[in-house]
Amino acid sequence: MEKHMDKSTRTLQILNVVTAVLMVIATGLVFFYAPRERVMGEVQRIFYFHVPVAWDSMLAFFVTFIASIVYLRSRSRWWDMVGSTSVEIGLVFTVMAIVSGSIWARPAWNTWWTWDPRLTTYTIMALIYVAYLMLRQGIEDPDQRARFAAVYGIVGFISVPITFFSIRWWRTIHPVVIGNGSSSAQGGFDMTSPMRLVFFFSLFSITVLYFCFLANRLRLEKLAERVEQLKAKLLSA
Amino acid sequence: MSVVSRQPEPDIKELPQSPPSPSGYWLLFTDYCRAVGSVLWKDFTAELRSKELLSAMLVFSLLVVLIFNFALELDKAARENVAAGVLWVTAIFAGTLGLNRSFAMEKDRGSLDGLLLAPVDRSAIYFGKLLGNLLFMLLVQAVILPVFSILFNLPMLKPLLLVVVLLGTIGYAGVGTLLASMAVHSRTRDVMLPILLFPVAVPVLVAAVRASGAILISAPWEDIGPWLNLLIVYDVIFIAVAFMAFDYVVEE
Amino acid sequence: MIETRALTKTFGLKSVLRGVDLDVAPGEFVVLFGPNGAGKTTLLRILATLSKPSFGRAQVAGFPLPAEAGEVRRRLGVVSHHTLIYGDLTAEENLRFYARMYGVNHAERRIAAVLEQVGLAARRRDLARTFSRGQQQRLAIGRAVLHDPEVMLFDEPYTGLDQEASAMLDEVLREVAAKGRTVLMTTHDLLRGLAVADRALILSRGQIAFSAKRGEWETAEFLRTYDAVVRQ
Repeated sequence: MEKHMDKSTRTLQILNVVTAVLMVIATGLVFFYAPRERVMGEVQRIFYFHVPVAWDSMLAFFVTFIASIVYLRSRSRWWDMVGSTSVEIGLVFTVMAIVSGSIWARPAWNTWWTWDPRLTTYTIMALIYVAYLMLRQGIEDPDQRARFAAVYGIVGFISVPITFFSIRWWRTIHPVVIGNGSSSAQGGFDMTSPMRLVFFFSLFSITVLYFCFLANRLRLEKLAERVEQLKAKLLSA
Repeated sequence: MSVVSRQPEPDIKELPQSPPSPSGYWLLFTDYCRAVGSVLWKDFTAELRSKELLSAMLVFSLLVVLIFNFALELDKAARENVAAGVLWVTAIFAGTLGLNRSFAMEKDRGSLDGLLLAPVDRSAIYFGKLLGNLLFMLLVQAVILPVFSILFNLPMLKPLLLVVVLLGTIGYAGVGTLLASMAVHSRTRDVMLPILLFPVAVPVLVAAVRASGAILISAPWEDIGPWLNLLIVYDVIFIAVAFMAFDYVVEE
Repeated sequence: MIETRALTKTFGLKSVLRGVDLDVAPGEFVVLFGPNGAGKTTLLRILATLSKPSFGRAQVAGFPLPAEAGEVRRRLGVVSHHTLIYGDLTAEENLRFYARMYGVNHAERRIAAVLEQVGLAARRRDLARTFSRGQQQRLAIGRAVLHDPEVMLFDEPYTGLDQEASAMLDEVLREVAAKGRTVLMTTHDLLRGLAVADRALILSRGQIAFSAKRGEWETAEFLRTYDAVVRQ
């Protein structure tokens, strides 16, 4: 058991270092390599942070969706842990995405917030996952908690695309970002090839960051569970 | 004295079960329907006796309508715009009352175990409860719609509107019944259901309000059709999901 | 009829049942004693198919659990300290509901017979919430025997009953429920339990700590043994 801990801790440490390095490089690229955008100026650099963080928040919720399904089939607590920690990280990323988006929006479109379909759905998605955490909080029995959370993780995730379509048929503003010639929507822009490079590198780094957070958080959960087990053993002896 | 005689148990149970014949399937189906019907009948009969739930939902709905009436000072044009919205907000809030109650009663009295002990598929309990909730919500709507007509001075009894009300309520109750079965175990039971349900029910709200609004101002079919489609899609997807997930919620 | 091997149940990190080996022969009336927290209700819930074991095997009426839970339910009658009766329905309607859920043939006739057996025929059209606790328990027993199950599980049936009601329940238990059926009952009431049992078991801290057949114990001695076992 001790040996196993050492090995996984080592892997984790390597991951942490790699992540840190990637983030530093990504930041460097964003500020020094990426060209200055014509219309929006320097503030456009937020885009290299904002979009990956937003996409990764959705990745996090997708991971929860899969973990929920696997949990219900296998009843293995590991998958329950993956699901709940992914939601936590996903929510953190969501907040970062919304804040960075607002910071970008103010100079670019002269408003902190709009109720366009993407943003609205995104907010609703965040609320679903807050509800997920509140549900977990309110259930005492650990097995029941895991089952219920898994069911809600599935229901919640499925509702998001439907919500998106319903709201989109209803309104419209978020910029069409990737290379679409007619970016007639306000704030759209074409990406040149250096921009593409920086963007994808940034996306990669932030995704690694997500997995790094996830791995660390999972290790913490496992340790906490180990403590509980030892406590229970001591109390019943 | 036993009326039903018992035959000696054969050893057949050790053999693997072969799939039922067509008439076997029919039998299973009728058994299933009977179970669903029994749950529905039980909830309905109990409610008719006490009338607690229906009166609560009705009074609450009327109060909400009244509050909106005072809160939003409306001229005719504005009234047309918000009528659909007010109608559905009322339905959604009153609906949570009904959804909560249907499981709260079972849990408090421990009678959920009684349902689970019966040799019926778990999903039959889900459908029975769903139909019960649906029935109660529709009954309340049946009273609220005419009241609405009068207060908002708009013709509400158009058949297409009734279809929208039906589809929207089915979707809402479909997800709501599943989520209520979970929320009722939570410490913050009363507020847990709306927290879980509202974000997930947004498509129903959007589609129902849009469709209702369009119908009320007699808009062309292109404005109404897509929303009806969305409602149907939502209903089918979520009832299927709930049907599969309910087992996991009630089985320990 | 009822068989468990190394039955274990854990809730999260807490283990409630730790390897229970149980054998109940057909027609036997077994009473399970034990303090609160010993796992009596948990054991009964697993046998009643309401809960799944974490480890080990369980079998009722020849069907393994949890695999053949559906088959087991058909042959099982359960009375717990929750009556599982709906207050807003009449006695008759309660039985009718359960008759439908269990697919009982000739329901009306069966309902009438059962009401007669538990002594509630006179109150058939009364709302169940007007019944005393004792009457509710009798109706609960009626509900449990409606589909003529082979196996009966009783979880603390005497809870909340005074002496007279308990005595009446004893009657009904013996005549209606226990006749020819296999019974497993849990109770705190040592004296009453011993009076009806064919075999007595003590469950302590998730394991069977003691087992004796009728005739092998003397009441006073049993009480001492119980104290000793529970206090370990």
